[in-house]
Amino acid sequence: MESTEELQFSDDEEEVTAETVLKTLQSAWQNERLSPEILPHQNDMVECMLGQIQHMERNINKLSKTDLRTSIHKMEISRIKFIICNYLKTRLNKIEKYCIPILNQERQRIETDTNYLTPSEYKYAQEYVLNMENHMKNVVLNKMPGNMQVFEMNKMAEHPNLQTHVFLKANETINGVVLEDLTGEDEEIDLEEGSQHILQYKPIADLLKNGKVTLL
Amino acid sequence: MFAEKVIELIKEVDRNPDTIDQYNDEKIRQIIEEMHLLFKLNMNDANATTENRSLWTTVQVRHSALERNKRCILAYLYNRMKKIKTLRWEFGAVLPPDIRELLSDDEYQWFSKYSGNLALYMRSLGQDIGYSGIDLTENLKPPKSLFIEVLCVVDYGKLELEDGDVVMLKKNSRHYLPTSECQTLIRQGILKQIM
Repeated sequence: MESTEELQFSDDEEEVTAETVLKTLQSAWQNERLSPEILPHQNDMVECMLGQIQHMERNINKLSKTDLRTSIHKMEISRIKFIICNYLKTRLNKIEKYCIPILNQERQRIETDTNYLTPSEYKYAQEYVLNMENHMKNVVLNKMPGNMQVFEMNKMAEHPNLQTHVFLKANETINGVVLEDLTGEDEEIDLEEGSQHILQYKPIADLLKNGKVTLL
Repeated sequence: MFAEKVIELIKEVDRNPDTIDQYNDEKIRQIIEEMHLLFKLNMNDANATTENRSLWTTVQVRHSALERNKRCILAYLYNRMKKIKTLRWEFGAVLPPDIRELLSDDEYQWFSKYSGNLALYMRSLGQDIGYSGIDLTENLKPPKSLFIEVLCVVDYGKLELEDGDVVMLKKNSRHYLPTSECQTLIRQGILKQIM
C-alpha cells in the first residue's frame, strides 16, 4: 500500500492532501450534526473523499486478502464512509423536517448563487414537499368542505429553533459579536482564538458559516 | 361535542409513539362528515346573519371547530408519514406484508414515492466522479470492527460477498462476515448479531 503522500492530489497547485480534506469533512459533519439549521453544503469535499476511497479500494484489491494492511485500510475506509453517510443523512433529515422554510430561503439564495443545498438535494426537497402536499390533498383535503381544502404551506412549516444554545470554539479571534438581549440591551463580546463558549445559535450563525467558529 | 372524534385520533398516535397503527379509515370518514355538517350549518346561519347578528358567535365557534378538525387530521397524517419514513430506512424499499397492511393505499403510494425519491437522490451522489451512488441506509451505526459473528435465523440461501466468496446461509448456522455486508440482513431479521 502506498504511503499517505501518494494519496495527495495530482493537482499540486492547491496542495490539498487527503488528510486536510478528511479534516474539513469531519468538522463539516460535526457542525452539521450540532447546528439547528441546515448549513451550506460541502459537496466538493464529499466528492473528493469519495474519489479517494475509490483510489484506496483499488489499491487494497492489489494486496492479498490475508495481508494485515488490508484490514487496517478497510477499517479506515468504512470509518470514512460512515462519516460521509451520516453527514449526508443528517442533512437529509433536516431537509425533510424543515422542508418548507428551507425551500423558501433556498429560492432566494439560488438567485444570488449562494445556495446551501446541492442540486440533487434541492430536487429532493422539492419532490418531498410536492409528495406531501399531494398525499394530504388526496387523502383528506379534497374531501373537506370548500373553504377548508387549501394546503396552507405556512401553517405546515416547521422552523428550526435558532434560539437554542450551542457549544462552540473560536478558530480565530473575533471582536464585537453582538448578543441580543430580551430587554433590548445588546451586549458585545469578543471571542478569543481557541476559547470555548456556550452561546445562542443565532448571533454566531454567520460566523459558523464562514468557518470562524466550530461547534462542539 | 365538536371535534371530539379528532382528539381520539390524535390520542391514538400519541399512545404508540414508536409503532405504527392500522390506518383509521372509519374515523377519518366520520370526522370529514362532521366537518361537512358543520359547514352546512354555518352556510345557513351565515346567510342569516345579515339580519340577525346574534348568530355570529355560533358561526365563529363552528368555524373554529372546522379549523381544529382540519389541523388535527393533518397532524395525524403528518405523524404517520414520519413513521412511514423510518420504515423506509429500516426495511428498505420493500415492506414486509404485515406492516404493509397497516398503511392505507394512499399511504403506500406515498411510501413508494418517498422511496423512489430517496433512491434517486442516493443514486445521484458522486455521479460527477463516476460513482454509481451511495446507499445511505447502510452504515447507520459507527463501524466498530470489520467482521462480526452472526447467527442465521431463517433459511436464506446463498449470499455472495463483495470479494466473490459465496456463503450458504442456513437456519441456525453461525458465520463470521464483513460488517458492511450483513447490516441489511440483520435489519431484515435474517441474521442476528452474536455479542
